[in-house]
Amino acid sequence: MSKVLMKGNEAVAKAAINAGCRLYFAYPITPQSELIEYMAKMMPTVGGTFLQAESEVSAINMVYGAAGAGKRVMTTSSSPGISLKAEGMSYIAGAELPCVIINVQRGGPGLGDIQPAQGDYFQATKGGGHGDYHLIVLAPSSVQEFADMASEAFDLADKYRNPVMILADGMLGQMMEPVEFKPAVTEEEMEAMGHQHESWCIHPNQDGDLKHHHEINSLEIDPVVLEKHVNQLYEKYARIEANETRHELHNINDDNEMVVVAFGTASRIVRSAVDELNTEGRNIGLFRPITVWPYPYEELAKCIGPKVKQVYVFELNTGQMVEDVKLAVNGKVPVHFWGRVGGMVFTPEQIKEKLQACF
Amino acid sequence: MEVIATRPESLREVPFTYCPGCTHGIAHRLIAESIDEHGLINKMAGVAPVGCSVFAYKFFNFDMAEAAHGRAPAVATGIKRARPDMHIFTYQGDGDLAAIGTAEIVHAANRGEHISVFFVNNAIYGMTGGQMAPTTLPDMKTTTSPYGRKVDDIGYPIRVCELLDTLVAPYYIERVSLLSGPDIIKAKRAVSKAIQYNKEGRGFTFIEFVSTCPTNWGMDPVKAMEWARENMLPFYKPGVFRDKGAQE
Amino acid sequence: MKKEIICAGFGGQGVLTIGRFIAQAGMREGKHVSWLPSYGPEMRGGTANVSAVVSDQPIASPIVSTPDILVALNQPSIDKFGPQIRPGGVLVYDTGMCPKGCDRTDIQIISAPLTELAQEIGSMRVLNMIAIGMVIGRTNVIKYESMEEDLTSYLKDRDPDLLEKNLIAIKKGMELGKA
Repeated sequence: MSKVLMKGNEAVAKAAINAGCRLYFAYPITPQSELIEYMAKMMPTVGGTFLQAESEVSAINMVYGAAGAGKRVMTTSSSPGISLKAEGMSYIAGAELPCVIINVQRGGPGLGDIQPAQGDYFQATKGGGHGDYHLIVLAPSSVQEFADMASEAFDLADKYRNPVMILADGMLGQMMEPVEFKPAVTEEEMEAMGHQHESWCIHPNQDGDLKHHHEINSLEIDPVVLEKHVNQLYEKYARIEANETRHELHNINDDNEMVVVAFGTASRIVRSAVDELNTEGRNIGLFRPITVWPYPYEELAKCIGPKVKQVYVFELNTGQMVEDVKLAVNGKVPVHFWGRVGGMVFTPEQIKEKLQACF
Repeated sequence: MEVIATRPESLREVPFTYCPGCTHGIAHRLIAESIDEHGLINKMAGVAPVGCSVFAYKFFNFDMAEAAHGRAPAVATGIKRARPDMHIFTYQGDGDLAAIGTAEIVHAANRGEHISVFFVNNAIYGMTGGQMAPTTLPDMKTTTSPYGRKVDDIGYPIRVCELLDTLVAPYYIERVSLLSGPDIIKAKRAVSKAIQYNKEGRGFTFIEFVSTCPTNWGMDPVKAMEWARENMLPFYKPGVFRDKGAQE
Repeated sequence: MKKEIICAGFGGQGVLTIGRFIAQAGMREGKHVSWLPSYGPEMRGGTANVSAVVSDQPIASPIVSTPDILVALNQPSIDKFGPQIRPGGVLVYDTGMCPKGCDRTDIQIISAPLTELAQEIGSMRVLNMIAIGMVIGRTNVIKYESMEEDLTSYLKDRDPDLLEKNLIAIKKGMELGKA
């Protein structure tokens, strides 16, 4: 398949359809409009459902229903809309339903603005909704990776019966890059996929079968039973933490004098600065977490080589992921942070300046 | 001995958790009987609300989803769109449907979503302990309107059937009551019609049950029925608001 | 080779399209490309700009702060981005829309009355193509052939007349760029 130049918002939508997503419920919000518009245009051509919901809240609850019926379903939004969906995400996690949620982040808090930001890191990775639960959270840094994550997100969601969030930002949504799509799932694969959850999901009885009574539910009024349920969720989360962390290393070696950590699009800006400094004689490694929950703590800890004097974290927020980096570094070396907020995006020159000041 | 009444197949052998004299059990039974009669048990799924009937997901003998407060029509929409070969209903109370879930019910109705909605109106929040509902009558006392519902301050009760009847899409809207034997027989006919229309894929169907809450009204069940007939029915008049099937 | 380009002007002038054509042509040549627009509530009439990068290597930052090439379709764009052009870089601008021009002496400046030239060719829609031609004429960021292939694939059947005019416009721009 040849490459096409596409916006992140459109590429991930197309990739989701290729991955077998035939149900999409969403509410318009900038900067993810191209995504909902692409779905509106394309879903009918593949016999899928596109429904513009009356609210973000309704959209996530439609997802709850469709996921409860065992089908691949997605919703997408941007920061303020994700806050509205938080209630539903908690229910979906509690009821252990597979689905994909995309957050094309913008500046906050409140209405904030519509420029790129990473201020929803805590919301995505530490909760967002009420109660003890986790989303699996993937943070793409290029349009290609954004598109590839659509099928990965659905696979993870199905594998663990857990909601998966792709944590993108306005830059990635709006940016065009060449992208090559994985082949679309075949009719046979779609058919098999449609039956994979029938041991628990809402589906019709076949004639002559024993009747089933499946409950799609996050309510458990008996505290003894609820505690057991939450503990089981956490056993599942432990399995996810053990098996599903993803990260990318760039110039990590034993002679690194510094390790820099950044995620998503911000990591690309940081990489430009790191590359320039390395050509000028520095030896700086760049660690990019791809899953931000589960966070690759151990993998990052391994990157803090014998000559590393300090770790620097750059984010488009006031310092959120830096807390996870500190957990990974565990006091071994100082961890610095610099970020920009409000939809202001740092430049490679600014990052370079910050790094140079460390030497 | 001849069996003249038995548990409908669409109800599981799980005891109801409702208070003595509560009408939820009657409403459940009417729905279950109708599903049995239309032979839909293998293709039916329901959505339970938050409120006294929160455990409805345990009672019905087919797949059920438990929705967040007020979101049942959205959840039902998701299920129906994912499983168009199934027949879906929601079961909701007045706080759930007419307050926190107003947007969901209005828009599901406005889309003509192919679901049935069963709405139990007893003018009060039951499960949380008798707070004011959007359907609480003027001057009616509840734990959050201890001096009576003051319409100048909090507005008038919402008549949901009348509200939904302003929309173009709904196929069938009827208000019935569960306040006497004859009323229940009438209600059964309405429920059965809604399930029939659902089976035939006609569109959005809506049944409101004018009901009681003896516990939170502080009355015995018989008195609650009398009070409801005297006070609820004049404001919530039973009747068919919309029946596109009858016009065809 | 890595070239960083900013195209800027009023919203609705088509500056995003200029960037898009450059990225598209770069991709056709097997290069790594990125295209990052400014976005906001002004659909028409506000300011708009796009960062495009064309490179032999994978592109790290898609954000361009010191462009090798600036295509400016209004004076505010020169005022804003002109000082950021890398020394030795290229500024392409429309004299009709940029009365003050640019007073830098350490960059290559190519300007032309794009509106009049487009009118001469017979369609205001080709104004952008003249600007792209000026870029091609002066730099090696993309090839004329890639633009021709690209435009042909879009327009050959739909509007052969416009295709012809577009190609004339690019060639006209290239002459200006080479001069």
